[in-house]
Amino acid sequence: MNEPGTKIQRWTPVSSSFTSGFGLLIVALAFVPVVMGASIVQDLTTLLILVLMAVMWNALAGYGGLVSVGQQAYIGLGAYATVWFALQGVNPYWGMVLATVFCALVSVPLSFIVLRFRGAQFAIGTWVVAEAIGIYVSFDNQLGAGTGTSLSQLDSYASTTREHITYWLTLGMTAFFVLLVFALLRSRLGASLQAIRDDEEAAASVGVSVLGGKRILFILASAGCGAAGAMTVANILFIEPTSIFSVNYSAFMIFMVLVGGLGTFEGPIIGAIILYFIQKQFGNDGTWYLIGLGSSAIVFALLFPRGLWGMLEERTGLRFMPVGYRVKRSASPHEAGP
Amino acid sequence: MNWVNDVIQGILLGGYYGIIACGLALMFGVMRIINLAHGDIAVLGAFLMYLLLQHWSVSPFIALLPVLPTMILFGYVLQRLVLQRSLRAGILTPLLATFGLSIVIQNALEQSFGPDVQSLGGQAGSLVTAAWRINSQISISALGGLTFGAAVAVYAALQLYLSRTPSGRQMRASAEDPDTAELVGINSRAVYARATAIAIGIATLGGLALALRSTFSSYSGPDQLIFAFEAVVIGGLGSSLWGALLGGIVLGVAQTIGSQINPEWSVLSGHIVFLLVLISPRGGLLTLRSGRRAPASLPQAGT
Repeated sequence: MNEPGTKIQRWTPVSSSFTSGFGLLIVALAFVPVVMGASIVQDLTTLLILVLMAVMWNALAGYGGLVSVGQQAYIGLGAYATVWFALQGVNPYWGMVLATVFCALVSVPLSFIVLRFRGAQFAIGTWVVAEAIGIYVSFDNQLGAGTGTSLSQLDSYASTTREHITYWLTLGMTAFFVLLVFALLRSRLGASLQAIRDDEEAAASVGVSVLGGKRILFILASAGCGAAGAMTVANILFIEPTSIFSVNYSAFMIFMVLVGGLGTFEGPIIGAIILYFIQKQFGNDGTWYLIGLGSSAIVFALLFPRGLWGMLEERTGLRFMPVGYRVKRSASPHEAGP
Repeated sequence: MNWVNDVIQGILLGGYYGIIACGLALMFGVMRIINLAHGDIAVLGAFLMYLLLQHWSVSPFIALLPVLPTMILFGYVLQRLVLQRSLRAGILTPLLATFGLSIVIQNALEQSFGPDVQSLGGQAGSLVTAAWRINSQISISALGGLTFGAAVAVYAALQLYLSRTPSGRQMRASAEDPDTAELVGINSRAVYARATAIAIGIATLGGLALALRSTFSSYSGPDQLIFAFEAVVIGGLGSSLWGALLGGIVLGVAQTIGSQINPEWSVLSGHIVFLLVLISPRGGLLTLRSGRRAPASLPQAGT
């Protein structure tokens, strides 16, 4: 690969300044509750949860080629596990961390079932698992059965303290999972994952462990969505099975990732910000709002498969986060993607 | 003796799942895509019939007469305008596009017809109440028997079409190897559009069966998709056309027996049987684990 006159480059001035900017952004976000009002803190919590969901869905679909319509299984499990741990007397915030670990553990045996599927079959296979878990949870009287339950243990905190801790924990979880994906993509595994996404059989033929790579992504995304679910119950305080296990979460994730840019690192974050403003503008459950989301998913899938960020990247060659490699020729300064 | 009745009721219910699964299996067999809007399209058909019956007091079967060709045309156009374009773009795109379509159809129905549950059973007269009593415990409802008969007829007709007509042979050729089929002069786009049109026509029959046997609402589609998919997978994922009907019967029996154990367990026991079939070494009742080739697409009926 290293022909004379070429050089493999990861970091560019743009990407190194943006990566450090990203670090600074996380630090700055941590200070928001100190300087801003309660409504902004709550709004940002909602936004960060959306970012976490989008990044996790993109890790599965954009890097593993695994389109899941069943990530709401882990959102619901994360939320309900938080309530369950709180019922056992665990501090609810520790319960959220434990719930995240619980989702990762649950996903290990489930991965042996659903990873037998490929493509569209995986999509519905994960959906069936989510439905089955949702029905099962709705039988549990201790967890409020079909009518739902609230995380009343958080009432012992003053509302400002509660909102601040929830915000910081959400920020910490989101930053942790985003950085984990970043680290994963830059590792040796990242290259093999992208090879799997591009062509599974070719990747297997050069010795990439296809199933192993997919399993790691699947467990990562389950833990991340579990964290998102735990943060959701901390943010809205009340959950019921039909809404927390709703397939609409998958619609949101697909919308964010498709509009932002499937398989790009930055795209899902952009998509989450767009969805956040649409939700704020058009409400959360109107039918026209969902018709709009569905139609944009169709339009982006068919006409702009690279999403907004992908198109920008293509036009300008800009890449803020260095997750790929670039070949730099000393003769001509043109840059090429990985 | 009660068990015998449960199994019989399960088999009859399986007839409905077989009809719903048939179109899904056909599209998967021919184009290797799973239409995530399949259930919503069946429900759309049911709502179109409901709309007609609001204005004319006729039998739902008469309402089917104008709705069926409309839906077949809708399937044809859907393939030409949306799915064909998505097929070119790789395996993820049809999935994302049909999921978007599913969300659009559900919410458009909700917007037009409101959140109430509907049923066409009331307009079907004595059909929904008539039953054929065999003894004190076993009885076969006229509707259940009719649905099962319709399922067998649909599968038999599709089998005949695929094995005996030139158009059906083209479809099997395109399913087997679209590039080679193109080489011998088959227009695969036209074949695909025909397959989708047929699949959606059959889904509309499923919509009628759903509307007659129970209630439906604008958000009933995803459940029907999941049941259809479970039937297809239990039956061996397109390794045989009739497998989808067999899978539907297994699912129907599992749900009926589950609901006898505990009325809440009906749907869950279907999911559990589906997952058990998945983790079984063969993964599907009729799957032939033949080397690394993907499951064969359509029935290798005698040509």
